[in-house]
Amino acid sequence: MYIYDDYDQKIVDQRVAQYRDQTRRYLAGELTDEEFRPLRLQNGLYIQRHAPMLRVAIPYGHLRSAQVRKLAELARKYDKGYVHFTTRQNVQYNWPALENVPEMLAELATVQMHGIQTSGACIRNTTSDQFAGVAHDEIVDPRPWCEIIRQWSTFHPEFAHLPRKFKIAVNGAVEDRAAVLVHDVGINVKLNEAGEVGFEIFVGGGLGRTPMIGDLIKPWLEPKHLLTYLNAVLRVYNRYGRRDNKYKARIKILVKALTPEVFAAKVEQEWAFEKDGVQTLTEAEIARNHRFFTAPAYETLPVEDAAFTAAKAEHPAFARWVERNVFAHKVAGYAAVTFSLKKTGVPPGDATDAQLEDVANLADRFSFGEVRVSHGQNLILADVKQSELFALWEEAKRIGFATPNIGLLTDLICCPGGDFCALANAKSIPVAQAIQERFDDLDYLFDLGEIDMNMSGCINACGHHHVGNIGILGVDKNNAEYYQITLGGRQGADAKIGKVIGPSFAQDEMPDVMSKIIDVFVAHREGDERFIDVFDRIGAEPFKAKVYEGKPIRKEKADV
Amino acid sequence: MSKVIINREIVENRWTRVIADAEGGVSVPSEGAILVPYQYWLANREALAGREVAVCFAPDDEPESLPVDANTFSMIACDFPAFTDGRGFSIGRLLRVRYGFTGELRAVGDVFKDTLNYLARCGFTAFDVRADKDINEAIKGIDDFTEFYQSSVDVPNPLFLRRPVAA
Repeated sequence: MYIYDDYDQKIVDQRVAQYRDQTRRYLAGELTDEEFRPLRLQNGLYIQRHAPMLRVAIPYGHLRSAQVRKLAELARKYDKGYVHFTTRQNVQYNWPALENVPEMLAELATVQMHGIQTSGACIRNTTSDQFAGVAHDEIVDPRPWCEIIRQWSTFHPEFAHLPRKFKIAVNGAVEDRAAVLVHDVGINVKLNEAGEVGFEIFVGGGLGRTPMIGDLIKPWLEPKHLLTYLNAVLRVYNRYGRRDNKYKARIKILVKALTPEVFAAKVEQEWAFEKDGVQTLTEAEIARNHRFFTAPAYETLPVEDAAFTAAKAEHPAFARWVERNVFAHKVAGYAAVTFSLKKTGVPPGDATDAQLEDVANLADRFSFGEVRVSHGQNLILADVKQSELFALWEEAKRIGFATPNIGLLTDLICCPGGDFCALANAKSIPVAQAIQERFDDLDYLFDLGEIDMNMSGCINACGHHHVGNIGILGVDKNNAEYYQITLGGRQGADAKIGKVIGPSFAQDEMPDVMSKIIDVFVAHREGDERFIDVFDRIGAEPFKAKVYEGKPIRKEKADV
Repeated sequence: MSKVIINREIVENRWTRVIADAEGGVSVPSEGAILVPYQYWLANREALAGREVAVCFAPDDEPESLPVDANTFSMIACDFPAFTDGRGFSIGRLLRVRYGFTGELRAVGDVFKDTLNYLARCGFTAFDVRADKDINEAIKGIDDFTEFYQSSVDVPNPLFLRRPVAA
C-alpha cells in the first residue's frame, strides 16, 4: 500500500488547517452559504436531509487495519456508530455536526486519510478493481497508476473548478471490475505483444441523467505520457465543457457534441504542447510508485489445501460461501474473500463501528492487515490462505458479514436514497429490504445464479441502476414515490445501458414485480443460463407482458 | 483609491477597470491607466493607441486569438465572474506557459482568500480582492499550501522531480 512521506503528510495537514479556517469563517459569517458550499464539497461535506454528510476518500479502495479502526472510532465519537460504503470506494458518515468536521479531518490525517475532492466539481477519488494485485485474471496491476493519478489530481490548481464532477477509473484485468466504460475517463492498462505496458483511454462515459458508454479516444498511450495526456483532456474539458446548464456540463456531453473524433483531435492538439514536458513521468517516479504495491510475504503453498477441500465437503454452508464470496487468487494456496454488507434487514453498504473493528482484527490475523472496498459496496480481505478460510468464515458469520450472496440478486447495489439523501426522489433502502426478504431463500437464490440488481433513489444514479441487469430508479410522481424498472444493463467490458420497460410501480408493488421478472427468467431459462443471457435471447417483451398483465394501460413519460 | 495585492504586497490600485454595461456599452475615462475588456480592445485598438491600456479576458475569451505578443501589455487580467468558473485558471496558465507573458497577471471578479493559492499556482501575481472581503486576511490565502504534487507556473517541477527518492 502507498505510505505517505513528509510531503504527502504536509499537504493533508495543510488542508486540515485550511478547512478549519474556512469552517471558522463560515460560522462567523465571513463566508456566505454560497461561498462555503463549493469549498466544503471539495472536502466531502454535504448538507443532507437530516444532517451534514461527510464523505471520506478511500483511494482505489485500499485501507490498512489502522485506518479501519480510525473510521470505527470516528463513527463512535462523531456519528451514530456506523458508516456507509459507497459505489465509488468512499465511506460516508451520515450524522456529523458541521462544527466537528475539522476535528474529524484532523483525526483522519493521523492515519493518512482525508475528504479531499470526494465531492464538488473537481477530479474525484480515482477508483479501481477491488482485486487489483491479486486477481487471477490480472494483466497489469493498476494500483501504481492509480496512485500516480491520485497525486496529480490532488489540488490540481488548473482543474479545481471544472464544469462538473470528474471521475477516473483504472482497470488492469481481463474482466473489468472498475466499470471504466461508465466513467468520465476510463483507463485499461494493457500489455502489447512486446510485453510493454500501455493505456487504452476512454472518455465520456457516465450514468446520471444522460447515461452513456465512453468512447475510445486513445488506443495506446505510453505510460510516461499518462499525466500530460490527462492534462490535455482536462484542459479541453475545463475550457469548453458547458457551464450554462449543470445537466449538460459533464464531459460526455462535450464529447458527443463535438463527436469523439473531433474531441480526440482537440486533445491531441492540446497534448502537442504538453507532451514530453515537465510532467512527463520518469522511470524513477514510475518505479517509486510500484515499490508500494509489491506482493506481501506469501508462503509457498499447494494449489489446493487438503483441509480446505475437506471442509467444503463436510460443511455445505461453507462450500456455498466459498462458491459465492471467495475469489480466485493469482498466488497458489491463497484466496480473496468478500465480506457481504448485504445481509437482509441491513441497509446495503452499512457497517457498525464494532463490525469495522472486527474487520480490522481479521485483516491483521488473516490478510496482512489490509482491507479493501469494492464498488459493489462490500469489503474484501485480499490475501487469505485457503487453509484459514474456514476459520475466517466462522468469524465472518459471527459479525454478520458471511451472507453467501456475492453476485446474486440480494447483493444489490443501492444508494442511501430518500432516507438520507437530500437529492433523492424516493427511498431505496426499504425497497431493497423488501426485495431481499422476498428472495431470502438461499437455495433459490443460488439456483437463480448471477443477477446484478442496482437501485438509485433518483436520476443522479448513485446506485448505478442503468448498468444493473435489473435496474430500479426511484421517481417522483405528484409528490409520491414510484419506481421505474430498467432491464438489460450491464457493466464490464461489454457495458450497456438498460432500457426502461414501462410505467413505474408503487413501493408496495415492488417485491411482486421482482418476482414476476424472475418468474419469466426461470420459465425461459435453458440450463444454467444467466439472467442477462436470457434477456439478450428473449428481449424485454415477455418481461413486460408478465409485469403489466392485467394492469390498465397508462401512458407515462419515461424518466430516463 | 482601492487596494490590490501585487507580488505579495498590498498596494494602491492604479488601474481603472472598465466594464461593459448591461447593453454592452463601454465608457472609457479620458485619462489614466485603463483595464478594458479584451473584446473591446480588439474592436478599438486604434482608438486606444497611445493610452496605457491593459486587457481583461472573460472566461470564454481565447488567449489563442491575441493578435500581438502578450508582452505588449504590462498587465493582463482574467475575470472570474464566479470563483467556481475555472476557465480563467486555464487562461492564466496558457498566457504564462504557452504565450510567455511575463508581466503582471491579475485576477479580478470573485476573488477572495480561498481562491488565491490556486490562482497563484496558475501564474497570477496580482489579486483584485472583492471589495467586501478583508484584503489583509485574503493575502494569507496565497500560502494555504506550500507543497504541491503537480507542475504549476510558480513551481514548474512536479513533486516527483523535487522529491528526494531513496534508491
